[in-house]
Amino acid sequence: MHSILKTSLAALVAAGISASAAHAEGHALSGDLVIFSDMSNPAPRAVMEGMVERFGEMHPDLNIELTVIDREAYKTQIRNFLTANPPDVANWYAANRMLPYVEAGLFEDISDLWEGQISEELASTKGALTIDDAQYGVPYTYYQWGVYYRKDIFDQYGLSEPTTWEEELANCQTLLDNGVKCYTIGTKFLWTAGGWFDYLNMRTNGYDFHARLTNGEESWLSDEVRATFANWQQLIEMGAFIDDHQTYSWQEALPFMVNGEAASYLMGNFAVAPMREAGLTDEQIDFYQFPEITAGIPRGEDAPTDTFHIPSGAANKEAAREFLRFVVSADNQTLINNGENLGQLPVNALSSVDDDKFLNEGFDMLSNKAPGGIAQFFDRDAPAEMAAVAMEGFQEFMVFPDALEDVLERLEAAREDIY
Amino acid sequence: MSISSDSSGRPARGWYKRNEIAITPWLFLAPGVFFFLIYVIAPIYQSFSLSLYDWNGLGDVATNGTYVGMENYNKLFGLNGERADRNFQISLWNNLKWLLLYLLAIPGGLFIALFLNQTVRGIRIYKSLFFFPFVISQVVVGLVFTWFYLPDGGLFTVILDWFGLEIRGGVLGNRTAATYGIIAAGLWPQAAYCMILYLTGLNAVDPEQVEAARLDGAKGRKMLWYVILPQLKPATFIAFVVTIIGALRSFDLVSIMTGGGPFGSTRVLSFYVFEKSLSERGLQYGYAAAIAVVLFLIMLVFIAYFLWSMYQDEKEAR
Repeated sequence: MHSILKTSLAALVAAGISASAAHAEGHALSGDLVIFSDMSNPAPRAVMEGMVERFGEMHPDLNIELTVIDREAYKTQIRNFLTANPPDVANWYAANRMLPYVEAGLFEDISDLWEGQISEELASTKGALTIDDAQYGVPYTYYQWGVYYRKDIFDQYGLSEPTTWEEELANCQTLLDNGVKCYTIGTKFLWTAGGWFDYLNMRTNGYDFHARLTNGEESWLSDEVRATFANWQQLIEMGAFIDDHQTYSWQEALPFMVNGEAASYLMGNFAVAPMREAGLTDEQIDFYQFPEITAGIPRGEDAPTDTFHIPSGAANKEAAREFLRFVVSADNQTLINNGENLGQLPVNALSSVDDDKFLNEGFDMLSNKAPGGIAQFFDRDAPAEMAAVAMEGFQEFMVFPDALEDVLERLEAAREDIY
Repeated sequence: MSISSDSSGRPARGWYKRNEIAITPWLFLAPGVFFFLIYVIAPIYQSFSLSLYDWNGLGDVATNGTYVGMENYNKLFGLNGERADRNFQISLWNNLKWLLLYLLAIPGGLFIALFLNQTVRGIRIYKSLFFFPFVISQVVVGLVFTWFYLPDGGLFTVILDWFGLEIRGGVLGNRTAATYGIIAAGLWPQAAYCMILYLTGLNAVDPEQVEAARLDGAKGRKMLWYVILPQLKPATFIAFVVTIIGALRSFDLVSIMTGGGPFGSTRVLSFYVFEKSLSERGLQYGYAAAIAVVLFLIMLVFIAYFLWSMYQDEKEAR
């Protein structure tokens, strides 16, 4: 472990952040560092504990207290503990999800930490953590979204990865003719439908329009939005999605793909692990980028970022800043995102990606094939209230496409109220 | 020997001793009253005042909230040119359905209790089977029924199939059926609860009265209606109270089984309060407080009735 300290310090010095390295050596950190984390699933929990252990070895005088809270419970508890009993470091999410806390003055402005090298290394997500030219957190991981599909089924019917909307529709028709649904999805918890809207809208109207729409600057009754829904309706009326998806969670929708009743799944990379656990081999599953719809529009991608923040009421902000520097370092991000740990993508540009088929493809896609821009996800880009109303509308539309007009009017009314 | 007056002979009685009868009940009541004020009355007052603010629940209301007066209520009911909240109306209607249908738990519980009040070999086993749903948690009940209703191979769907029936989207995926499906799931443990109340009530039924009625030739339905049921009145009252309260605060099952869906059609007021305040996409505490106030006012009708009828009972007993 000592060697990690040496190499990471060497890396920091080499990278030219001699100031902060000297700072770390000059003032040994002491006192308490309280960390609240939502990384409660087994693998993320081990990652979090590992990070604390390694950081603790670098700073033996620092007494680190780590509290891991169940991920769902954390979402409600964070409001209380940020006000009443703030830790020094807390997990949260980027973009609009952190906006209310920033506006309420509960997250510390850490623009000083972002100055210099870190800004370059983490450039891809800087925007998602910036509000009014100030930064309020650092990223530790992100993951790509895309279409995961059953390669063996595609091979069986002589299909190949589609790159255009026509090919996508043709593939789908072939599958349907053979009694296989094109996509599995479980919309019980709504957000999965948000993913479909993100992609259809970004492909139909482009990333910039999508960003303006989630920012409340575009009307839901506009022709552009209607075009997006028209494309969606094509799929729905073909019967491309599995039946009764409103009763399934995203996990409950997985067996359709595992059993071969549906051929593909638009999902985040976290879906790969349960697919493998369900017995699908890497020869059976593959991945493609969501195909082009409107020709010539630069493609945007969804890649939600998970983050660390310092509450403004923190007691030991110096140690907290040092911990955040440690979290974003290239070495640490390489380690925590590898296949044995989180199995996701490191944000730091100097990190290396673990040698996993899906991570490599995803990293390549986000770095080289997403010139449009990187979106967080519908419910992180749009304000919470808007996301709630909109995703419920998406779910309704997916079951009753005829309700489109009603849904759109409801969304537009919500937009007028919320922004 | 001089005559000394009684009063000067004994030491003067202390203030507490003199007022003992009046004060002691209050001393016993004090802890209860204290916590009732802090945890029941004060939050009610707070909800009322919060409902006049636009506040996202972060920081302090005084600094981060804006006073908006009746604005939240205008939004709820669609007054003053605001659009009425569709979801609120859905919740209100669903609460009404819950209130009415949940009462089926009372006759259901009574029926099971009468059935289990026999002296048959092995009745304890039957009794424990009927106790079972009350013992397991609402979360488990919700999950079990969710699987029961699954559109793809759920037992309920299979049974409907035998009769050639089909509910589109499965019970919980169907806008019209979902709420009834959840209420049915809720009736299972609630009927067990009422059954327990009635079983204890049946223990207290006076055997001499039953005997006398039998001599007069009463049996079957008449025996039940004129002799047994009047003696079960206290049990019925408690069953009514807990069932009404249970219906109004139905939250667990909605949250577990559908999360308010599909398309927001199974919301009830208590769930909507949660959704608008504490849930992942909530952050509207003022608005949620306004809904909570409406729910409280509905409950107040029943609370007033319960208190009134308890008062009447006390008067009769005296």
